[in-house]
Order: sequence, then structure tokens, then C-alpha cells
Amino acid sequence: MSTESQQTPEWSAFPDARGHFGPYGGRFVSETLMEPLLELEAAYRKYLGDADFLAELDRDLAQYVGRPSPLYLAERLSRELGGARIYLKREDLNHTGAHKVNNTIGQALLAKRMGKTRIIAETGAGQHGVATATVAARLGLECVIYMGAEDIQRQSPNVYRMRLLGAEVVPVASGSRTLKDALNEAMRDWVTHVDDTFYIIGTVAGPHPYPAMVRDFQAVIGREARAQYLEATGQLPDALVACVGGGSNAIGLFHPFLDDAGVAMYGAEAAGEGIDSGHHSAPLCAGRPGVLHGNRTYLMEDADGQITETHSVSAGLDYPGVGPEHAWLKDTGRVQYVPVTDREALEGFHRLTRTEGIIPALESSHAIAQVVKLAPTLGPDQGIIVNLSGRGDKDINTVARMEGIEL
Amino acid sequence: MSRIATRFEALAARGRKALIPYVTAGDPEPDNTVPLMHAMVQAGADVIEMGVPFSDPMADGPVIQQACERALKHHVSLRRVLEMVRAFRQDDPDTPVVLMGYLNPVEAMGYDTLAAEAAAAGVDGLLTVDLPPEESGDLAACLQGHGVDPIFLLAPTSNEARIDAICRAASGFVYYVSLKGVTGAASLDVDGVARRVEGIRRHTGLPVGVGFGIRDAATAARVSRVADAVVVGSALVQQVAAHVDDPAAGRAAVAALLGEMRQAMDSRD
Repeated sequence: MSTESQQTPEWSAFPDARGHFGPYGGRFVSETLMEPLLELEAAYRKYLGDADFLAELDRDLAQYVGRPSPLYLAERLSRELGGARIYLKREDLNHTGAHKVNNTIGQALLAKRMGKTRIIAETGAGQHGVATATVAARLGLECVIYMGAEDIQRQSPNVYRMRLLGAEVVPVASGSRTLKDALNEAMRDWVTHVDDTFYIIGTVAGPHPYPAMVRDFQAVIGREARAQYLEATGQLPDALVACVGGGSNAIGLFHPFLDDAGVAMYGAEAAGEGIDSGHHSAPLCAGRPGVLHGNRTYLMEDADGQITETHSVSAGLDYPGVGPEHAWLKDTGRVQYVPVTDREALEGFHRLTRTEGIIPALESSHAIAQVVKLAPTLGPDQGIIVNLSGRGDKDINTVARMEGIEL
Repeated sequence: MSRIATRFEALAARGRKALIPYVTAGDPEPDNTVPLMHAMVQAGADVIEMGVPFSDPMADGPVIQQACERALKHHVSLRRVLEMVRAFRQDDPDTPVVLMGYLNPVEAMGYDTLAAEAAAAGVDGLLTVDLPPEESGDLAACLQGHGVDPIFLLAPTSNEARIDAICRAASGFVYYVSLKGVTGAASLDVDGVARRVEGIRRHTGLPVGVGFGIRDAATAARVSRVADAVVVGSALVQQVAAHVDDPAAGRAAVAALLGEMRQAMDSRD
């Protein structure tokens, strides 16, 4: 049982002025993008302290996204696991079905303030692409989404949703044809159209200021969860759990609790077919530091520094890097990053669906699987908050296929 | 004096501008690269830029992306590129060689190891596309400690303060990216480039190269009137790509295009 701890400036002081989280982060891009990134940083600093901007953001989060999202006590799941009380932060109930929209709303409002008329984004599972296409439709902005050709195959319903929303979905056939290649292609588009285009990155990776900016837009998750948990129990939770691909839902939940020393944190990485198999997407558990997509962080790479192909049943976690703040939180020991295999995630998917009547996204199912391991090690007077970052409707075809069922 | 400085001085004395071809090392196969380097020198190249293959070439258009993929199929990475330069040096002690690539393979090798081994192999400069001067201090120091020039890009979006800082960090030459876009993009505005190059000259005495979007002899000639060096990449790599099954024919096609550019740049009209 933890109590509210003394606030220290240690965690909120990051990143430094040039976007570094310890040795990680930074701004590693070609010269053409440096000035646009500096302009973006200036706009982001200005508007995050601007009362009108924040009021508009709060109004949209309340009336368009449906915030605050509930903090739900999963009683049957808690009882079945026989340990801690498990609370679900219901980001799956947001408009568009995942936490991604918290960030796209914020960045799109920033794009509007900066006078940009064209929005681009990369997407893996399609959740960020849908969330971006959604806000672009609402604001009447041109929208182009880059998506790996392989992901377009496995996430076809989301591709159709983006097209319904008026976005152009561009298949990316280079490299491994997944999220990292979509990010490369979006960067190439941005460098070609910097004058009128705003690049909405979907996770806490990329060059500074993206990791800090996306975190700040997603931190609404943790701020709400902290207040909701305190109100429900009069205490702080003992542990937080979230899945980590790029890591935006995890940092969104974790960040407002970082200075609460008694709150343990677990980030569930996609171990795919197992860390030892080599077929996984777990750079924090099994990678090493390097530079990709504009920041220094843990990466999946070979001895020559070439980025290696990743594997996860969940397209949203199928990425060889991770946000630089997570790299720093790993090295400092503040957060524990743990591997969760495809099989464990699938078991978590079914368990939550059957015990609570909530179908989680395969990404979020990795967090559920970690809770299944963690909860029995804690007592009934202890509590866990798990970020249910998205709903699983988009994944039912994948799950059925894995179980040999043709829909 | 470094090979790069020596070469630019000799060119200036003869009133000529440098022609700098770029090819991706190991494309379409490792054995093609050293003969291709020699063929380019014979066709009139003054400095050779060797692309170091990378799995995620964010600043490159489709032509060089595909060249990287072909080379990586043969596992050509930074160490093998250094071996190629070493082999080239056995027959050509004079032509400067600049490596152009991305930071992660350099990080994987380690800055000091890379700098020492590059210098020993006969590399004269390193251009790391995704390493702006703000993050480059450690690598630049290692390179300069081994007599290798850190080459930096300047862009249409660089303001005066950035141009000044970059020119102070650079040695060898500076490379002006002539348009907003990736390598191999369509066309460039030579008059606009001329104004930018004049602006850059106010900040540095280093030679100024111009690249991105130079596809033919006429454009090369026009750019050579305003810059000290003309960098040509995708147009040459396209010739390699058109002859993947016959690398010798690819080398001949690259040499032919370079020869046209050389002639157009040197003609006095």
C-alpha cells in the first residue's frame, strides 16, 4: 500500500533543452528538417502554455473524444487471478477506439494554429491512421496516411475506415513493409512538403520535440487515472501496467506517476515467438542503443547497425525502436520492461473478453498478460492500474486466423 | 594537406569545377564497386562519394532505397565499404573518397574505431545524413583526430545562424542540398541555388558543393557555374539499376553519363 510521495523535480525535468533523456532522444535528422522541427518546438512550447489553446483542447477531449475515460474495477478478473484489485483505464472507450486520438487532437489543433493545411501520418495497426484521418476530416484538412503494404493486408478494416474519412492511404512497399518503413516514407513526404505540411507522429519516438510533445498530449491518461484512483481508494496504486511498442500509451499512463516513488511500473514488450527465437519486437528487453527515426534509443539491430525485421502478432507493437524516454526509464530502473509472447497475449485477450465482457486490442492484451502474471503476487489490499489502450474489434480476424477459424 | 583540399586547390588553379559522383557501395553486387570507382575516375570524377547501405535510408528517394536493398542482400555494410576503399586505394592514391550514409552503422562500429579504420583505408571524408551539427561534436572530433573531414549538409530551410554554425563545424567542403526533398527528386531551380550559394560563401571559405536533383549534363553545367562542385547520385544509380544483370554494362552507362557531364561542365560557352 503506497501513499502519495514527495514530489521531486527529477522526472519532470526531462527532456533537456535539446530533447535528451539522459543519453537518449535528441534530434537526428537531415538538415532540411532541422528548422521545421525548431519551429514546431517553438509552437508547441507556446501553445502548451496558452490558455485558449488548452481550453479548446480540453473541450475537444471532453465533447469529441469522450473524456474522461472511466477507471473501471475489473472485479471478476481480480477475483479469478486471486491477488490485487485490477483497475482498467478504459482508453478503448475513446472516440475511434484507442488512446491515439488524445495525441492527434492535440497535434491537429497545433497544426491549425501554425497555419498548416495538409496532415500526414504513419500507421502500423491503423489506429493512429484512423485517429489522424478522423481529426483531419473534422478540421477539413487534406490527409495522407503512410502504411506498410504488409500491414495493409492484415488491417484491412482500418484501411477502409481511413478512406471513408477522406484520407489517402499510401502503401509502403520498401524494406520490411511495416510500421518502420511507413515512418521512413512519412519523413520523406515531410521533407518534400515542409512548407504546408504537419507531420503527426503517432508515438513518443521521432526527433525532439515529438517524444515530449506526444507524451504531454497522452499524459491526460495518467492525470485522470491518478485522480480517479485517489478518489476511489484514497490511495495511490501499487503498480501500473501498459504495453510498449513505441510507448505512447505507456508513457501517457506512467508519466504523471513517475515522482510517486511507491508506484511500481511495468511495460510489456512484444516478445513475439519468444525472445530466444529472435522473432520479436522487444528492443528494451533484447536490443541495444542506436539511432533511428531521429532519436537515440534501444533498437533491434544486427552487428553492422542495420535495423532487423521484427515480429509481433500485434501490428501496433511491430516496431524495432521505442520512445527514448522509455530507454531512459529502463536504464534508471524506474520502470521494468518485461517480455510478453504472442501466445500469452492471446490468452490475455480471451481472459479479459470472457471475464469482463471487454474485447481488448491485441496490443493491450500484452498488458493484460502481464497483469495475469503480476496480480497473484500482490495482496487483495493492493491495486494495479492497467492501461486498456484500445478495443479489439480490429483484431478479430487475426485472432480467428490464429485459431484456424475462417470468418 | 588533405586529399580533398589538394584536389579542390588543383581544380581552382585550372579554373575547373569538381564533379562528384555518388554510387551506393555493393550495388548491384560487391565485386562491381571498385571497378566502378575506377571507371568513374576515368570518366572525369574528381571526388567519389560512396553510399554506405542502410536498412532505413530516410533521406533517400526510391532509386537509392532500392540500391541499398540490393547491396544489403549481399551484406555490404560499413566494414565492407572500408575494404572496398582500401582496394581502390591500391591503384588510385589521389582521388578523394567521401563516405555518405546514416549514423546507426557508425554508432554500431564505434566512433573512434570507425575514424581510425576509415583513415587507414584511405577515406577522406564522412557525411552522416542524419547527424546535424548539434549532435555531431564527438564524431567530428574523432574524425578530425584521424585526418578525416566531417562533411555537413546545408538546406534551403537553413537560416543564417545555422549556416554559420554548420560552416564552422565542417571541413573539406560543404554540401548544399538544392531542394526540399529526398535524393533523386525531380528538378531544381538553378537561379535560386545561385543566390543560396552566394549566401553560404559569406560564411565560409570552404568549397561549396551542390547536389540533389541534378540529372543531366545541361543541369550539371549550369550548377557548375555557381558552385565549386556538382554532386550527382540518383541519375547514376539509375544506370546501375538498369543493368543489374550486366554490371559491366552498368559501369559503361555510368561512365558515359559522367563523361557528358564532365564535357558540359568544362566547355567554355
